[in-house]
Amino acid sequence: MIRSRFCKNCGLKVTGEDSVCPSCKAALPPLVPENPAGKAQKIFLFGLLSLILFWFPLAGIVLSVIALCFWTSNNGIVRNIAKAKTGRILAIIGLICSIISNAFTILVMSVGNLSIWAEETWEGIVGWALDIPADFENNFITDDRYQYIFKGLGITFEVTIFAALLGIALGVIVALIRSSYDTLKEELRGGFGKKFLSFLNKLCGLYLTVIRGTPVVVQLMIAYFVIFVSSNNKVLVAVLAFGFNSGAYVAEIIRGGIMSIDKGQFEAGRSLGFGYVRTMAFIIVPQAFKTVLPALANEFIVLIKETSVSGYIGLQELTKGGDIIRSRTYSAFMPLIAVAVIYLVIVIFFSKLVSMLERRLKKSER
Amino acid sequence: MSADNQVIISVKDLKKHYNDGDIKALDGISTDIKKGEVVVIIGPSGSGKSTFLRSLNLLERPTSGTITFEGQDINDPSCDINLLRQNMGMVFQHFNLFPHLTILRNMTIAPMKLHGLPKEVAEKKAKELLARVGLEDRASSYPSQLSGGQKQRIAIVRALAMDPDVMLFDEPTSALDPEMVGEVLDVMKGLAKDGMTMVVVTHEMGFAREVASRVIFMDDGVILAEGTPDEIFNDPDNDRLRTFLAKVL
Ligand SMILES: Nc1ncnc2c1ncn2[C@@H]1O[C@H](COP(=O)(O)OP(=O)(O)OP(=O)(O)O)[C@@H](O)[C@H]1O
Ligand SMILES: [Mg+2]
Repeated sequence: MIRSRFCKNCGLKVTGEDSVCPSCKAALPPLVPENPAGKAQKIFLFGLLSLILFWFPLAGIVLSVIALCFWTSNNGIVRNIAKAKTGRILAIIGLICSIISNAFTILVMSVGNLSIWAEETWEGIVGWALDIPADFENNFITDDRYQYIFKGLGITFEVTIFAALLGIALGVIVALIRSSYDTLKEELRGGFGKKFLSFLNKLCGLYLTVIRGTPVVVQLMIAYFVIFVSSNNKVLVAVLAFGFNSGAYVAEIIRGGIMSIDKGQFEAGRSLGFGYVRTMAFIIVPQAFKTVLPALANEFIVLIKETSVSGYIGLQELTKGGDIIRSRTYSAFMPLIAVAVIYLVIVIFFSKLVSMLERRLKKSER
Repeated sequence: MSADNQVIISVKDLKKHYNDGDIKALDGISTDIKKGEVVVIIGPSGSGKSTFLRSLNLLERPTSGTITFEGQDINDPSCDINLLRQNMGMVFQHFNLFPHLTILRNMTIAPMKLHGLPKEVAEKKAKELLARVGLEDRASSYPSQLSGGQKQRIAIVRALAMDPDVMLFDEPTSALDPEMVGEVLDVMKGLAKDGMTMVVVTHEMGFAREVASRVIFMDDGVILAEGTPDEIFNDPDNDRLRTFLAKVL
């Protein structure tokens, strides 16, 4: 290919070795070297490092995966095929060694922890069960019963906001993996990087199936009573459980948004010379963002209401607060209606916000 | 490449099969495209014209065969696909302008992000190009505010802003109202006159006759006839070409 660069002073495209622009005489940036990013070098280096560092937790795996993804990726040039291939072999050996080494580490760690873990699990369940009467007694002693509602509302917001953040982070990652797989599976050179992406894609698929196929309450209880049994931080457990749950729905919303962008946009970006990542960043995501924002806001509203099941793990958020009052006063009407009204006000407020947002976005579309 | 070697794209026995060979979109295409040539590809719908054009900048990956661009086998791991595409402009049937960016930004985003051109330089260059297609007053508009013909002219100068060595056109006027076809073809004629190497898929036989240095007739994934516009249009020696021309002329 004829190598060239643009004069940063007058914008002229210059081929050849000149050091000044033929038109405006300004100094030119150097010609892209024959072996620019040294991709073969990178593959070799990461492959070698992965082999050297295979014993270090995760390092070998990460390094070899990087090396192998470099190999699969279409970006950049492999001039020195032999070197790249050597690097690939090193990376594969490094990967195998690190998997064995990591598996061994995990085995040792988990066997060491397993008995403690089981014990804690059992004690946790027993302890929690024994705590219930004490908890109840505490609740009865409290003078100002409406504190439950206010404090509960605070916790509802805390859980919702952090779970939403986690959900968006997770959702974006899962959506990007799944849509990258869809668009890149044709294009990528076969090899580890492609298999890795396909593996990630399957993993994400599994995550979506499991999360969307089971009720959130069950997930919450599993999180609290099975997985984080040794944790007393109910807010954190709720944030994680709702975050993971919401992530699955957010992922599908975002993926839908990305898929809704005309394929021609992607091709136009690529045909100008942008790589996959830059095409996504400059062209697809900004457009998808507009289309998914209302749906994301809606997911947030759903999440607020969903946190009401946190009472199942004894988290004293809004609903549970009302319930505690009910159980204290033996009158259900007042506290439960109060709780319902508060949810309604919050949801109406956010719905209004969303529809305002939608109108603004429509306007900017022209 | 040395000056005496004028071949800029060389295609050898290019095949593209879909569904494990059930659909042979391209079934052995060989041709050389020389610097400054305007190659017009004609043929019935489904004959593989788009697939061929899109293989040239690897929007489609060939099943087999080789494509050499400026001496580089583009399907080889040693080929930087993004660099290849920076040197090959492409114009689509449906324009594919970026709707969230202004016309000026549509044109400057690639030179700025890919070549690090400073904003002022990129914009100055973009405005010169806009003036060339008579749209300098639309710099701050959004694509949705333009007519089809205007959009396509912008799409052409957006590709030109990268100073490509070759321009690929896939039916650039097929989505346009008839009264707008002329303005786009005029821009393309101007480009051809300036010596741009162009590969054009089109149903505009007038354009092919007037501008093409060579016309390629494709059917069922193969080249059935190839020659100067005069040879193709005035003296077609292929039955299927004759039938095709009788239908479109
Ligand atoms: N992704 C695909 N999967 C399966 N078949 C395809 C795919 N893309 C194209 N084809 C087939 O390949 C053949 C050639 O298609 P192509 O789009 O290149 O034709 P064309 O000459 O550009 O037609 P038109 O004039 O309608 O644009 C057609 O039979 C089409 O159905
Ligand atoms: Mg076509």
